[in-house]
Amino acid sequence: MTTEDSIVATVADAVRTREPLLIQGNGTKSGMLRPVQAGRTLSTAALSGINLYAPKELILSAWAGTPLPEIEAAVAAAGQHLIAEPPDLSALLGETGRPQTLGGVVATNLSGPRRVAWGAMRDHVMGIRAVTGRAEIIRSGGRVLKNVTGLDLCKLLTGSHGTLGVITEITLKVLPAPEATGTLALPGLDAVAAVAALSAALGSPFGVSGAAWLPAEAVARVPGLADISGSATLIRIEEFAPSVTYRIGRLKDQFALTGALTFGTEASKAIWLDVRDARPLASRPDGAVWRISVRPSAGPGVLDALQSHDMRSFLDWGGGLVWLSGPADAATHAAVESAAQAAGGTWTLLHAPDTLRNAVRVVPDEPGALARITRQVKAAMDPAHILNPGRLYAGL
Amino acid sequence: MIRQPDPKPDIMARRDAIIAGLRPLLPESGLIAEPIRLKPYETDGLSAYRQPPLAVALPETTEQAAAVLKYCHQNGVRVVPRGAGTSLSGGALPLADAVVVGMMRMNRILDINYPDRCAVVQAGVTNIGITNAVSADGFFYAPDPSSQLACMIGGNVNMNSGGAHCLKYGVTANNLLGLKVVTIEGEILDIGGAHLDAAGYDWLGLLTGSEGMLVVVTEVTVRILRGPEGARAMLAAFNGNEIAGAAVDAIISSGIIPVALEFMDRPAIHACEAFAHAGYPLDAEAMLIIEVEGSADEQDRLLGQLADICRKFDPISLKISQSAEESLAIWKGRKGAFGAVGRISPDYLCMDGTIPTSQLPFVLKRIQQMSDSYNLKVANIFHAGDGNLHPLIMFDANDAASFHAAEEFGADILKLCVEVGGCLTGEHGVGVEKRDLMPVQFHAHELQQQRRLKSAFDPDWLLNPSKVFPLLEPESAALPQAA
Repeated sequence: MTTEDSIVATVADAVRTREPLLIQGNGTKSGMLRPVQAGRTLSTAALSGINLYAPKELILSAWAGTPLPEIEAAVAAAGQHLIAEPPDLSALLGETGRPQTLGGVVATNLSGPRRVAWGAMRDHVMGIRAVTGRAEIIRSGGRVLKNVTGLDLCKLLTGSHGTLGVITEITLKVLPAPEATGTLALPGLDAVAAVAALSAALGSPFGVSGAAWLPAEAVARVPGLADISGSATLIRIEEFAPSVTYRIGRLKDQFALTGALTFGTEASKAIWLDVRDARPLASRPDGAVWRISVRPSAGPGVLDALQSHDMRSFLDWGGGLVWLSGPADAATHAAVESAAQAAGGTWTLLHAPDTLRNAVRVVPDEPGALARITRQVKAAMDPAHILNPGRLYAGL
Repeated sequence: MIRQPDPKPDIMARRDAIIAGLRPLLPESGLIAEPIRLKPYETDGLSAYRQPPLAVALPETTEQAAAVLKYCHQNGVRVVPRGAGTSLSGGALPLADAVVVGMMRMNRILDINYPDRCAVVQAGVTNIGITNAVSADGFFYAPDPSSQLACMIGGNVNMNSGGAHCLKYGVTANNLLGLKVVTIEGEILDIGGAHLDAAGYDWLGLLTGSEGMLVVVTEVTVRILRGPEGARAMLAAFNGNEIAGAAVDAIISSGIIPVALEFMDRPAIHACEAFAHAGYPLDAEAMLIIEVEGSADEQDRLLGQLADICRKFDPISLKISQSAEESLAIWKGRKGAFGAVGRISPDYLCMDGTIPTSQLPFVLKRIQQMSDSYNLKVANIFHAGDGNLHPLIMFDANDAASFHAAEEFGADILKLCVEVGGCLTGEHGVGVEKRDLMPVQFHAHELQQQRRLKSAFDPDWLLNPSKVFPLLEPESAALPQAA
């Protein structure tokens, strides 16, 4: 039986013996970033269950090992949803037969298409409990929606990939789920024209909550877009039903493009689920997957720079998130790095065979002073360097 | 009373040399050291506490700020960063041996980028200045603290400021993309950029709300948003705090997230009405201001639904604005709340706890009991959607006993907020004001962990050292090391 206390005991033991621990939930993301060299695994999977759900206060607390689908079902039953729309990347990372956990989604700060309008996973973590590398339980934030009391360790721990603490409990802000969803699909635009259209849509007063561009080969892998043969520029509205109708109509008039299609709630949900989970990239078992984040108008330039490489790609977040899959070799990886750097953005090698992810930087190096602060923050949280060593940076 | 750490005798003894050392690092008139000219910097929005600093440095560039910090670091001089000095928690209160690094001369907007929906501004640009720069094109910067005419974006970042519209648009942390900062060692760092979600640790998230203890912020890249087609407010008044609280629950449960949902209790309604003549119902026990956004049709539909919900709670007054002018009138009293309370009381303390919204009726009842027992009046204004409570405690600063009682009363309210599952501060920050209450919310080892994170950025504890954490006793106790 895993309890928070047994996690403390395991960490304390690891501190004493200086034996590194692989920290995970159900391990669905163990293929992300760098492999961890650890003799023992500490899983939070058995620390499971929703501790508090107050729909009227827009607050949900659950143990880190709670399967995400269980949480999604609980909030859906109350007519609410998870704001950041976290993806299920099992199509890219490999099926494990087990669901991802809330802790896994928070530790990796994974957000879906709604991120562009409503914020990332980290924006909705209101409270956290974690066991540090000092084998102490610490809390940050709480169970209220607005809280600036002390340093924000919720944000520091979210996206820290288990390297600063073992997250044991998470409190999320949730919101009412929209009554309806609508999608406007503009066919046939190239990446530059598409991002210009997405920028215009996101810069409209209509509250666009999804803005993606899929090239033709990606469209072909999304069943919901079977009626489109070329590329598709997708614009989503989530609102009360009359507002969806009105706003999609206004956007359609604004672009006045022949062949524009609109999709209703059920069709939209299916399409955006595929975008969320990056399904257009899937089915390359030996390949690598990257995410590049740039200012949206730089997205097409990144694709252009990588044109000569054999890659699949599409754009989300209005053009600012470049999803890529391609050959898992150092040359392709170097090309991705330099394309992201040239665009002033950041990149993550999300998934690759161990040989590649052991050999290269999986995220950009930090400049000297920041690298020093990173080492000192790591030392402050995990002085014995036992929590997921090497996951983000070699030697850290 | 809040104790400040003793000045370092060696620094005070070297005052003239330090001033002479700093002067060449700054432009003409960029260093203030004459006692009379230090006066304006001796306090901030928590005006009960005053302490002139050793000197004030007013850099015009990031490089100048870096040179000042490097000098201070090499010479062991404490640094207190300052924006407009509007902090209500004493976040910019100087120390006698500290150099205040003020951002007011770094007030330029460097870039506005509509296709990428971001703007790069220097730390001394005012909050409203960002919105003003983009409003002609239909855009705005979302967080809107009450001090937005004066407060600076650098200060907003350091305090993670909120406002009345956070329920929909989030607080400062949710509206930032990048920062340019200077470490205490004088190194210039770029955090994030014009893109979302930089890889690696979330420095942007940790630095936001760090109250000037980790770095000095000199430039900020903010998200700018396109405004809605329109917005309109309604006013609903009820016979009791419990009833208004139940109406708030019903609104959230309906699936409508209003862009603002403000709650005022009877004393707040009376104070604001006397001041602003906004037409507030004086026979009400509690009042809600609810604002929605969208096209005219969308506003009509949402306001109609909200009115239907409110009608189930026997409102004694229900007023749906029919125009932008009527909406302004509804907001007028609320926005003038501080002035209104200032008119009926010589001084007031503005508290800032957050509570689970379900606890509102209980908390308001307890605050009224405390008000009776301290014999001090209080008016309550509440961002009801997100649980952020602002009790305004009225007192007379010329009467030491009254001030002392007001501080005790405020501390009791904040302890109550923690007791019912909330926190000490929702948007004003800890500063010096709530520093000594931190052990109410955090265990000693949790505070020690936070102190170690400060040490990771600032090993010698030179940056705003007397804020947020209770002073260590004895003061000479070894500072926590990062490792």
